[in-house]
Amino acid sequence: MAPIRGRAWKYGHNVNTDVIFPGKYTYTVTEPEEMARHALEDLDPDFARRVQPGDIIVGGRNWGCGSSREQAVTCLKAAGVGAIVAISFARIFYRNAINNALPAIICPEAVAAIQPGEEVEVDLEAGVIRCGAGEFTFPPLPASVLHIVRAGGLLPYVRSVLDSRKRA
Amino acid sequence: MSMTLAEKILAHKVGRDVVRPGELLEVPVDWVLAHEVTTPAAIKMLEAREMDRVWNPDRVVAVPDHTVPAKDIASAKLYQRLRAWVQRHGIKHWYEVGRGGIAHTVFEASGLPAPGEVVVSGDSHTPNAGALGTFATGIGSTDLAGAIYAGTIWLRVPETLRIELRGRLGPGVYAKDIILEVIRRIGDDGARGMAMEWGGEGMASLSMEERFTLTNMAVEAGGMTGIIPADEVTQAYLREKGTPEERWHCFQPDPDAEYAQVVQVDLDRLEPVVAFPNRPGNGRPISEAVGIRIDQAYVGSCTNGRISDLREVARILKGRQVAPWVRMIIVPATQEIYKQALREGLIEIFVEAGATVSYPSCGACLGMHTGVLGPNDVCISSTNRNFTGRMGHPTAQIYLASPAVVAASAVTGHITDPRTLEPATEEAA
Repeated sequence: MAPIRGRAWKYGHNVNTDVIFPGKYTYTVTEPEEMARHALEDLDPDFARRVQPGDIIVGGRNWGCGSSREQAVTCLKAAGVGAIVAISFARIFYRNAINNALPAIICPEAVAAIQPGEEVEVDLEAGVIRCGAGEFTFPPLPASVLHIVRAGGLLPYVRSVLDSRKRA
Repeated sequence: MSMTLAEKILAHKVGRDVVRPGELLEVPVDWVLAHEVTTPAAIKMLEAREMDRVWNPDRVVAVPDHTVPAKDIASAKLYQRLRAWVQRHGIKHWYEVGRGGIAHTVFEASGLPAPGEVVVSGDSHTPNAGALGTFATGIGSTDLAGAIYAGTIWLRVPETLRIELRGRLGPGVYAKDIILEVIRRIGDDGARGMAMEWGGEGMASLSMEERFTLTNMAVEAGGMTGIIPADEVTQAYLREKGTPEERWHCFQPDPDAEYAQVVQVDLDRLEPVVAFPNRPGNGRPISEAVGIRIDQAYVGSCTNGRISDLREVARILKGRQVAPWVRMIIVPATQEIYKQALREGLIEIFVEAGATVSYPSCGACLGMHTGVLGPNDVCISSTNRNFTGRMGHPTAQIYLASPAVVAASAVTGHITDPRTLEPATEEAA
């Protein structure tokens, strides 16, 4: 898998799913392209207009806290976000990110070093983030989570597990 | 090996003697709770992969609640997709509009969940049911699809944060103040990914309704679940609701279980807490909030829309009027609560006081309908979140508090400590 390259969009702590994708759109906006137009609307109204494919979000502690709405992940993915690097992620957001194959990387050192707007490279295979301040390593995903990612997401994984049990 | 309550339930579910925090388990699910906002997305994913099946239609509880009755064509379509799926698969527990209400509150009182069971739902306030000693956790739509299809979910065994309650609450102080105080102290991510286990001698004095308020807001501290060991209060509630005793597994945490952190709350010394904009963890003593002028006062939600909440509100509103510049909106959380409030004469008190009584739904809690906030509106609310834009326009300011604080503030038009209200006038009463 090729490294992900893009500009850094840097935000603070406790960025919640209501500002990532407001509740009022959760039942009206269902197509990915339109979801992308509302991404981060109540936090940074410029984001959706200016984000480029591969851009990287850099968050603080507890990124994605609040509601379980999966659109908070899928709107960012649809907007072209290549990866999110944060000090920590809220639990449900992190699960949703894995299930949708949006790389969510915990690396406090990189978060501290990355400057807003600078070019950042995330190498998932090597477990390395490169930015102006240097290189930062992050621990690989746990094996059972990698199974899900390799299967192409949670649902193909669940089906393959059940199928193999039926055959056994 | 000693274990916390969450560890005991998960070990039991996977047939092991011991599980430890950090382990990843594939856990059988006892109940899936489904509403019309996140479930249709899960159904769509399953259909797209030709995986449209339900592992056990008797173990799915479907309750449309976010935008019912439908407020527009888009929400009507979501409702229809949930209902069509319910009919197609013979989902056993379906709560039609007018017979249900907010999913979590319907579910807690349905007699369905039992201590020791595992509950998942595509909604972050699923830990609500943890007050019954269940392991209940919120998930996204893809996880929900997996659980519907397979009846299992992968979970990381959480570390446990223990909250010890001591003493008893004083007058005018409620469970909402306890949870706001805990989140204030540990922070909005203080229990991130953890089980929040509640106990201590102070728990015995809290009713089931108060306990649901405690576990409901676990996610506001980042918790995977909130959970309370089943005791005599729980068992009396389960008997009243007709939950078959053979399904109860009233596990207790071991006295020497390992906790990531232990927090003590002295209920005797607790004052009403108000969470200032824009974080539930931004709690301050009510003395710092007194006098803030409000435009709207909202009582409702899965957190605080129960009959005991409505009784407290009625006690304050009886013989009083909502301030001229305030819109007060009261939403009984379920149809059963609505009926009980009618029987007790509470609805009449609300309406006479100049409040609007709305139908059971999630309503304005998440800015969907029935009370959406406009630019710069200031709202005092009994709900669970005050994030930017949560209830409407991003410049609106939301203060979270107990229903009693909301009611007292509605009367004066400014955030008010309910313990300081002047007695209601004779002629008005």
